[in-house]
This record gives sequence, structure tokens and C-alpha cells, in this order.
Amino acid sequence: MKLGVLIKEGPYMHQAMDTAYNFIVAAMELGHEITGIFFYNDGVYNRCSTLEPPRDERNIMKLLSELELKGVRLIVCVAAGKRRGIVNQTVCKVEEISGLGQLLELCITSDRMITF
Amino acid sequence: MSEQEKTKVMFVCRTAPYGTVYEQEAIEAMVMFGAYEQDISVSFIGDGVFSLKKGQDTSLLGKKNFSMTYPILIDDFEISHIYVEKESLEERGMSGEDLMTEVEIVDRNLLKQKMNEMKALLPF
Repeated sequence: MKLGVLIKEGPYMHQAMDTAYNFIVAAMELGHEITGIFFYNDGVYNRCSTLEPPRDERNIMKLLSELELKGVRLIVCVAAGKRRGIVNQTVCKVEEISGLGQLLELCITSDRMITF
Repeated sequence: MSEQEKTKVMFVCRTAPYGTVYEQEAIEAMVMFGAYEQDISVSFIGDGVFSLKKGQDTSLLGKKNFSMTYPILIDDFEISHIYVEKESLEERGMSGEDLMTEVEIVDRNLLKQKMNEMKALLPF
């Protein structure tokens, strides 16, 4: 099944990103395709390149970058990002910043959209 | 594009308008989605119904009164339907007369059916 993921909450304050990560890993292990992860609202903070949690804590930014290395598309909303200071200089990868049209595209190309 | 080819997407607005940014960013997404010629609906449930209340004045909040966009969503931004859940209105002592624009007031069961027809639901 093709699964699109929408993340609306930022890291650490809410469990949303952690649950989403576990969901995505489990779904991929079962052979499902993740069409993309779209970061909206405070979710854009998950892709802030200056996140630096204590070393003995999970590093959400790195976990996401590992997913990206496995071919998962990560998309940070440009408008939500600008509002929160997540711009070219502060996002993990400049190519990830894109518009809301990408969220609609995920809705169109995925069998299911899952929101966290 | 024929009706069959259009993707049906519904925004599900669940939060009151100004305590969080969800509603404001939801409406920004609605406006964008409208430009892509798909079949986009918006529904208001729970505290989301407060977003449509008449006479909103945000001047003391220092926030944009984005509610002015709701009445023009259908005509100017190509949104197909605006649904409001009847039970949510009633639970809050409200009726269609309290709302700033004409909407389709539907009961919980009918809204559930409409949701089942969607390809994707986007909760805010």
C-alpha cells in the first residue's frame, strides 16, 4: 500500500513524530511504500538542522535523515517554515522545502494519508 | 478534468480559531488546494464550529481575522463543500443563524458518510 504521512507537531513536546517514525519503520518492514512525509504546522521543526538534543536522547532529526537515506521523501512546507524560521539556512536539506501543492500530491498519489 | 478523475480531499477542522495556529494554517492550505482543480471539501466538527461564528473581532489579539476567508472559499477558491456538524453546533448552543456564511449543516451520520467518500482526510 502507498502511504502518505502528514506531521503537524514539533519534536519532543509531542509524541506525534516518534509515533509517526515507528509507524513508518514498521510499515516499510511490511513492504508498504511511503510516498512522502509532509511537515506542516509545528511539524516543520522536526527538520531544523540545529536541533541538538542531549547525546543520550533520541535524535529525531537524525532518525528522519536515516529515513531519507532509505529513499523516503521529506517535504517541509515553505510557508509554515518561514513563519517559524525554518528556511534554507536552518533546514536539514534545502531541497526538502516545498509548497502545499506537494501535500495535495501526496493525497492524490497515496492509497492512505496518515496524520500525526 | 472530469469529476471522476478529481481526488476528493476533506479538511476536518476541529479546533477553535485563535488559541492555536491550526485553523489559520488549515485555511492557508484550503486556499492553496483550491487552485489545483481537485474536489476539496471542508468540514467543521467539535470546537471547529467556532471558526465560523459571526462577528469575530481579532483587533485585541494582534492576529489576522482570517475568518473573512470562509465566506469566499466556495466562490473564490473553488472549494466544493463546507459542512458543519449539526450535533457540534447544538452542543455549543449554536445554530446556522450564528454562522457567518451559508454552509451545509449535516448530522453526524451523514458527515460520516461524506468522510467515507473521501480519498484523504486532513484533520486540523
